[in-house]
Amino acid sequence: MIAMLNAGGLRRTSGAARLLGMLTLILAATGLSGCGAINQVPTLQEQAKSSWSEVQNQYQRRADLIPNLVETVKGYAQQEKDVLIGVTEARAKASSVKVDASTVSDPQKFKEYQDAQNQLSGALGRLLVTVEKYPDLKSNQNFLALQSQLEGTENRIAVARRDYITAVQAYNTEVRTIPGRWIAAVLYPDAKPMETFTATPNADRPPNVKF
Amino acid sequence: MGRSIPGPVRLALALAVIAACLAVYAVGARAAELSFPKLTGRVVDAAGILTPDQRGTLEAKLKAYEDKTSDQVVVATVPNLQGTSVEDYANRLFRDWKIGQAKTNNGVLLLVAPSERKVRIEVGYGLEGALTDALSRVIIAGAITPRFKTGDYFGGLDAGVDGILSILAGDAQEWQRKPQVRTDEVDPAQVALFIGLFLIVLFVAWRMNRTGGSAGGGRRGGRGGLGRRGGIVILPGPGSGGWGGGFSDGGSSGGFGGGFSGGGGSSGGGGASGDW
Repeated sequence: MIAMLNAGGLRRTSGAARLLGMLTLILAATGLSGCGAINQVPTLQEQAKSSWSEVQNQYQRRADLIPNLVETVKGYAQQEKDVLIGVTEARAKASSVKVDASTVSDPQKFKEYQDAQNQLSGALGRLLVTVEKYPDLKSNQNFLALQSQLEGTENRIAVARRDYITAVQAYNTEVRTIPGRWIAAVLYPDAKPMETFTATPNADRPPNVKF
Repeated sequence: MGRSIPGPVRLALALAVIAACLAVYAVGARAAELSFPKLTGRVVDAAGILTPDQRGTLEAKLKAYEDKTSDQVVVATVPNLQGTSVEDYANRLFRDWKIGQAKTNNGVLLLVAPSERKVRIEVGYGLEGALTDALSRVIIAGAITPRFKTGDYFGGLDAGVDGILSILAGDAQEWQRKPQVRTDEVDPAQVALFIGLFLIVLFVAWRMNRTGGSAGGGRRGGRGGLGRRGGIVILPGPGSGGWGGGFSDGGSSGGFGGGFSGGGGSSGGGGASGDW
């Protein structure tokens, strides 16, 4: 097929030959798309990308909850400055990591993002442990609502990460194994394998750090 | 030695290796998965903590609600969580059963694991705004776990279902306009606007095409009337795309008890968990 493509497309031939080449190409394309092979790479790529947006979305949602949480805790546990500052700083750091579509195929950027988020998870875990010492705060309705939102968000992050890992696995397998690899090389040169999350202890569970 | 193996034998060997690899792969993939009870109705009591009467009561309540609103609420009890967390199990079970309608993801799963003493309300994407994490937690902490503590499973589930349904019903009333937006009915004014815009775009495209075509020699052609038309344009009818289909994906939830199935909904991990 590739040979034909070259013969038909590149060499300047007579109109009839070129027409024949085009026809072959179209036939091959429709034939392959009929069995879904040709569209598999972009389809899986889009799925992985949308799973990635969901991961980002949920991490963002967590970041959005934090200022409110910190404010609420501050009212009851002012002396826990270090922990509160730790959370605020970790949040600022996580928010400062720039993410875009290319992050997923850049190992270094991806690791940076993941590390920053893990650090924030750790800081939040410490905050929630500290809170245990303040019964007044623990019975505060606003705090309880925030806490359940935070737990829910952590759980959504876990689900989004799991979905992303699954989607990337399918996509990476497609672009690294034989028919998909050829198709990607010829038709989708920008289809690079994507990075995936490495399992970190505590990262896919709600924060529950013990000292 | 390797060289002396004849072609067909080598091919057979290669095939055998591939087959072996595939077999290992299949076994490995299956081992990592959880096994779920069958979705036999709106109440799946795999842990066996309810009497048939109690199950019937809950089923009737859930069915009446679904018939009214299409929200699918399913109660499940499982003998154990197979070593994973209640959050993980609930989410996978929810997706395995595909609770809620495919378009609106309006499903809720109330999962109880008596041996681990864990309970979870898992909320589908579409109901996260109504049955929030905080409200789910209030239901668990206020209605379910106090009764579970005394061993009253039915009482806890019944109160939990009442809580879920009342919150969903409150939302349904508050959001009465939402279903209208989601149905296939299209506002005539919108259609007119759509067609108008389309015609304008068409006209502009035609003008550009025309001037572009006649400008081959140099200048813009005169302002010609609408006399000549280039080709055939097929107008896509409004409403034929996106919103069509309706609830056909989820329409299969007819019969009482038998014939119940998930409508294709999914969940992203909304809800809350608790223990007792």
